[in-house]
Amino acid sequence: MQNIEEYKGVFVFAQQVDNEVSGIAYELLGKARDLAEPLNAQVTAVLIGSGVKGLCDKLAEYGADRVIVVDDPELKEYRTEPYAHALSSVINEYKPEIMLVGATAIGRDLGPTVSARVATGLTADCTVLNIGDFPLQPIPGKEDEQKHNQLLMTRPAFGGNTIATIACPNNRPQMATVRPGVMQKIEPKKGAKAEIIEYNPGFTPNNRYVEIKEVVKAVSDVKDIMDAKILVSGGRGVGSPENFKILEELAAAIGGQVSCSRAVVDSGWKPKEMQVGQTGKTVRPNVYFAIGISGAIQHVAGMEESDIIIAINKDEDAPIFDVADYGVVGDLNKIVPELTKQILAAKEAKGA
Amino acid sequence: MKVIVCIKQVPDTKGGVKFNPDGTLDRGAMLAIMNPDDKAGLEAALRLKDQYGAEVTVLTMGLPKAADVLREALAMGADKGILVTDRVLGGADTWATSTTIAGAIRNLEYDLIITGRQAIDGDTAQVGPQIAEHLGIPVISYAQEIKVDGDKVIVKRQYDDRYHMLEAKMPCLITALSELNDPRYMTPGGIFDAVNADITTWGRADLKDVDDANLGLAGSPTKIAKASDKVRKGAGEKVVPDTPEDAVKYIIGKLDEKHVI
Repeated sequence: MQNIEEYKGVFVFAQQVDNEVSGIAYELLGKARDLAEPLNAQVTAVLIGSGVKGLCDKLAEYGADRVIVVDDPELKEYRTEPYAHALSSVINEYKPEIMLVGATAIGRDLGPTVSARVATGLTADCTVLNIGDFPLQPIPGKEDEQKHNQLLMTRPAFGGNTIATIACPNNRPQMATVRPGVMQKIEPKKGAKAEIIEYNPGFTPNNRYVEIKEVVKAVSDVKDIMDAKILVSGGRGVGSPENFKILEELAAAIGGQVSCSRAVVDSGWKPKEMQVGQTGKTVRPNVYFAIGISGAIQHVAGMEESDIIIAINKDEDAPIFDVADYGVVGDLNKIVPELTKQILAAKEAKGA
Repeated sequence: MKVIVCIKQVPDTKGGVKFNPDGTLDRGAMLAIMNPDDKAGLEAALRLKDQYGAEVTVLTMGLPKAADVLREALAMGADKGILVTDRVLGGADTWATSTTIAGAIRNLEYDLIITGRQAIDGDTAQVGPQIAEHLGIPVISYAQEIKVDGDKVIVKRQYDDRYHMLEAKMPCLITALSELNDPRYMTPGGIFDAVNADITTWGRADLKDVDDANLGLAGSPTKIAKASDKVRKGAGEKVVPDTPEDAVKYIIGKLDEKHVI
């Protein structure tokens, strides 16, 4: 049985790919700082890779008090086994109270493997993390059984239809994967330094090491839709890949980017990286145009936090109108080009 | 070659989610279906059966009515169905679920285990990798392509901005994306046979090398503090303009009001 009192501090898996820190690592550090405050705890980044020591200062600037570096040639490309061995060894050695991992294609593989190895719970795809009591309200007569300073992990389930808050009261670390694009990074503190600890548990390949035969990177110059302030998003109603041109023109006029729904990706009109929704990306731009998007719940789950949602759809009963701030029933083929024209005219008028 | 496919019965969210008058999810009104990622995993296994004569066993954990998805899998071409069901296994989180399924699988011979990436009710994607961890075999998640080469399996594994071609020695566990393939339909003959096919039913006593402390609600490290249906912000305005020009005027007005332009 674990002595859970021994487990201290908020740890973050600082994901890097090709020796570049992923945005999610900074987001997790930002959240870790919030969580560390009521716990009066340190924030530790766990950096795993090959030749990655140079990234420690960046992690310090984004809020790490301490960086534990596991640097080994076996860790060059992500593979489940050496990474799971690295992270679970760090957990067993340094005993964190909280361990946060990004809910990326890497983190959603690493997290479950590590949680099973260190025998703790894992809550997937969290969107809200707080420190609080479990149970939330004390049970009458059992007030002293309520635990304080617990990590409360809130996540959507059922394609975003339900929401649950989960605790892990009797096992440590309390582990969560966190949805990218939800937590806020801090303003980096230039010149901040962290305590750096180098740790290597040793890597001996066994049956669980798979071999990478080939790495194929997607060639793309598309900017990440998660960073966009304005998104012009198209669905199946746009009609054809060629017709996305009118959305691209609108995006260019208003200073936004084009994104799309799953139907568009499934039809092969646009690449997966432009997809918003449960199986795509979560976005929260200032303005989200939903054009020819019916608004399946899985899509809505990925964009409903946008500040302003403007929907254009010819189907008056489309569910997208249930979440839109401003819904316009009409023909996108006529409205969108006209909107582009008027925005350009308005800009010109203001510039003059 | 022996392949085990883990499948789950889930409520169908396609074609609308049904709510009770009080706003909670009406699970009873939604059809129960085989989880889509699992179905893709099953199809991948059936293709190995077509190609190499693999023996395909489908396994599910759930209430007794989950036998329906096993029968569906048999009607698609699976050879054997195993239902793991027991009151003491209920309320399990992913740790307790994966412990249970690993305990069932320890009774079986296998070269390959295929699970779906994630189920559409929980969306966690955790059970597959955790089963592999409990069994001490390699896991390859998010598979987009699966090929078998002798005692090895070659898998295309999707990441955010790239894919890896990975080679693992069997036995190994793969989690399948629904993009992997288009699952076949049940055949009329298959449906006929599946109705009367024997389903093996296992309970707690049939699980191998598992501790009671790791099963069911009590054995789940994660506990639900609160669950509710998501409160959405609700609909804003909806207008039906007479002309595209009116529509644009409306949108421009809003953008201007919000200082977007």
